[in-house]
Formats: sequence, C-alpha cells, structure tokens
Amino acid sequence: MRDTLTGSRIRERRQISGLRQSELAKRVGISPSYLNLIEHNRRRIGGKLLVDIAEALDVEPSLLTQGIEATLISALREAAADAVGQRAEVDGLEEFASRFPGWAGVLAQMHQRVVSLERTVETLSDRLTHDPHLAASMHEVLTTAAAIRSTASILADTQDIEIEWQDRFHKNLHQDAERLAESSKALVSYLDESDAAKTPRSVPLEEVESFFAARNYGFPELEAGGGAESIALDGLNTATARSVAQEILRWCAEDAVAIPLADLKQILAKGEPDPITLAQRFAVDIPTVLRRLAFVPEEYLTRPAGLALCDASGSVLFLKPLPGFVMPRHGEACPLWPLFTALSRPLVPVRKQIAQLGRSAAEFECHAYAWPHAVPGYDQDPAYRSIMLVRPIGEEGASALTHVGANCRVCPSRDCTSRREPSILSEGF
Amino acid sequence: MSRKVLLIEDEPNIAEAIRFLLTREGWQVETHAEGSDAVQVIQSAAPDLVILDVMLPGKNGMDILRDLRELDDMQRLPVLMLTARGQSRDREMAENAGVSRFMTKPFSNAEVLTAVRDLHAQASRA
Repeated sequence: MRDTLTGSRIRERRQISGLRQSELAKRVGISPSYLNLIEHNRRRIGGKLLVDIAEALDVEPSLLTQGIEATLISALREAAADAVGQRAEVDGLEEFASRFPGWAGVLAQMHQRVVSLERTVETLSDRLTHDPHLAASMHEVLTTAAAIRSTASILADTQDIEIEWQDRFHKNLHQDAERLAESSKALVSYLDESDAAKTPRSVPLEEVESFFAARNYGFPELEAGGGAESIALDGLNTATARSVAQEILRWCAEDAVAIPLADLKQILAKGEPDPITLAQRFAVDIPTVLRRLAFVPEEYLTRPAGLALCDASGSVLFLKPLPGFVMPRHGEACPLWPLFTALSRPLVPVRKQIAQLGRSAAEFECHAYAWPHAVPGYDQDPAYRSIMLVRPIGEEGASALTHVGANCRVCPSRDCTSRREPSILSEGF
Repeated sequence: MSRKVLLIEDEPNIAEAIRFLLTREGWQVETHAEGSDAVQVIQSAAPDLVILDVMLPGKNGMDILRDLRELDDMQRLPVLMLTARGQSRDREMAENAGVSRFMTKPFSNAEVLTAVRDLHAQASRA
C-alpha cells in the first residue's frame, strides 16, 4: 500500500530545518507549487526526487517514507506550540523522542486528547447555549400562556367587571389563543423535525454543512449549466436547512456561469491568482470570486479553501470548514476574524494572515469582504453581508499574524481587549 | 396618596391584565414597554414598586436591575421580576442583580397580587 503521509513528513522535516518551501523546491529543481502539492499528499513521490529531497533535508529517505518518528515529532511540536506559559525545548525534540519514545508517545497522545476534548467543549457549548429557534419559540409560548392565564382568570374570577373591560379581555384572549396556536404549532413542527432526523439533534447549519461535505463541495450538474433545482436535497431534514442549501446552490449555479470552470482551470494551472485580479478578469464582484474559489474542485487548487458567510449581526449563515479552522455556528465567534472586521469597512477587501489560538498553531490566509447584499429601496439602509475565504498560508510564508480564538470560552488568550467572558480553560479545565 | 407601581412589560396583553388587577387593588399603575430607557423612566416615575419583565426590547431586565441598584436611591426599591426563563441559573442571576422577588411565566394572578402585597408591606416596614 502506498504510504500517503510522505508529503506531510517532508513538510514537517522542512519546517524543522527552517527551510521555506520555495528554497527547498529550488534546491531539488521543482516548482514551489509542485512541492506544495507533494507536501499536501496530493502528488506521489518516489525515486530520484525523494532521494534529492531527503538529501536536501539531511535525512534518510526511509525516514520520509516510514517516518514514525517524524509523525511523533510533529505531534510533540504541536503540543509545544499549544502549551500556555511553558516553553518547551523544541530544538531537542528529536533527541527526546529517540531517547524516550514511550514518554514522547504518552505526551503526544495526551495532547491529542486535550485537543479532542477542547473540540467537544466547543461543540457542546455551541449547541447547548445556542439554539435560537428553540429559545425564541419557548419564550413565545410561555409569554402567550401567561397572558391567557392572567386574562382568563380575570374574566372567571371578577364578578363585577365592566362590560368594556369584558369586551377588551375577550378580544385579548382571542388574540392570544390564536398566537398560542401558531407558536405551539411551530414549536411542535420544529421538535418533530428534530426527531425525524437520523442524526442526533443538529442545527440546520450542521445539516447544510453535511450536505455539501457529502458532495465534496462540487456540483458537476451546475458546472454543466444546470440550475440549482437540478440538485436533489437528500439528507436535509428541516425546512430551514433546505432553504439555506437552495440559496447556496443558486449562488453556485450563478458563479459557475460568471466564472466558467474551463477558463478558471486554465488560470489556476498557471498559479493561484489574487481574488481582486480574478474579479477584474471575469468582471464579477469579489464575493463571487471568493465563493467560486471555495467551491471549485479541489484538484485545481494548490491549497484547500474554506469559506464563511455572515450577515450584519455576525450570525454565521454558511461555513465550509477546513482542518484547523474553527468558528462557532451561532454567534459568540471571535470578533477578530476578518469576516467580522470587514463589516466595519464595507466594500473594502480585507486580507489578513491569521493564527488560530488553542489549536495546533493553525495559520490561515483570509480574504474577507462585506457588501450590501440587498438594497430595500431609496433612502433605506441596505442589508450587509460579509464573506471570508480561508486558506492555509501559502509558500510566501507567514508575516504579521493576527491571533484569533474559536470563542471566548475556550480561548487561552489572556490579554484580549475583545474578550466577552472568562475562558473555562483558565479555570483549570 | 395612592401607591404607585411601574410595570415594565413589552407584551401588551400581560400588561393590560396586570394593570387591571392592580388598579382594582388600589394601585396607580404606569406601564412602559421599552428596556433601553427603563432606568430613567423608573427614576422619573418614582414608583413604590416595579414589576420588570426580563426579555425587553433595547435592554434586558437583568441589566436594567443591575444599573438600577448602582444608584444610591434605588437600593431598596422593591422589584418583582417576571420571566419565561425559570432555570436556577436565571434565578441566581436575578438574585445577584438585586431582585426582590422572582416569578416565572405563566404565573397566576393570585401569585402576582400576593407578591406585590408582600413586597410593599416589607418595604413599608423597613
């Protein structure tokens, strides 16, 4: 069986050696973009090129192809990077791993477990705290019930109530009964949809994510000119999820016409262009380009792409995740994400390099843009939306990183002026 | 001089029912449905008691209560809080904010009347 992680080990070794991707590529006589594909395990490597790379990295080729130690070292480096208030001797990692492989394994395993637990905390706190539909429905039902109970009780218990008051309360009672019927129906239908779902209770956005992930964010039917309605919405159990998915599919269909895949493929083959350049080339707006790059088949890109979309309240409307890119689905995300900062500078393209705290030092290049999504009419404020394309930092390397967290509850940053609430991590979780 | 209660509630039919009940009990009832200026309204109305909803437009009842208790002359003002959220965490938050009595929706008219009478009697004795 082909070892699928040789590229990751090359990347790991290159980083240990302090070599830039472009430097290593030059030494072994290949293009940086080709090396990038190798490092992301998307191109096979063997023979003379493997030997050359091993030589340039000053390691045995077998270490790159077998590489248990390299994988372990990678995990230990992640543990060191995530440590708070403790500086590990990163230079001595290899010696530590080779002298105490058992302890090194335990440390790596514990770190993986911490990361996994942090993810669980994020997911659970996201779900428990934020099911806005349920909270709003319950509030509506209870408030209406309170009004009915109080009014009915007045009518039943007050002997000498004036006729005008009686009429008024009967009218209120009728209004509230209607309201209660509607809100109860909505609540029951919402809970029914939850029960009908095959997976444990999920919010609509999670369903939408699963729907697109199952199709690998690619729709050959739309690339061939088909409309959004040609896509079957399998697996979407709630009306909300279906509606959100349909809107996104409509964009995909429109974007596929505005930026034809064949033309885009030719451009991408020559290297990844800047989104603004692409927008000018196809005479489209920036949101179209950012969406298109997130939904183009992955094999055409040198690096994977994630996407986030929110409205002016910061509510996330769509997420295409990426390994290491964590953003809560319902509010309470870190306001330092360019997705949100773009909202304060509408129509200004924002580009930032991001390091996500609390993770394995995941670093991303983000392009964000806020624009008036809908214009209601003259002299009325437009409804803004913001979109952000998220990609791993490319061969140009990281500089001037902005640090962001997932959300305050699980963010280790101590001196953040944007903090809304204490981190549970600082309380010894 | 009649006793005055200020009812801050954005649900008009609840406000109307409570206003009716308390008026018949001899209270002068003023109503207000907005959270953002509630503290100023309380200060200018100078009521003997406040009935305060939690979910209000502009500012929620918990924040209003906290801001109110920061004011020197509002430390002892009886505040009856009404909310659809009756979890112990909400009750605790209300107590920390300085609530006098906490009542969850849907409440009965008798409960509201009893609470208002009790709170007023306690405040009068103090």
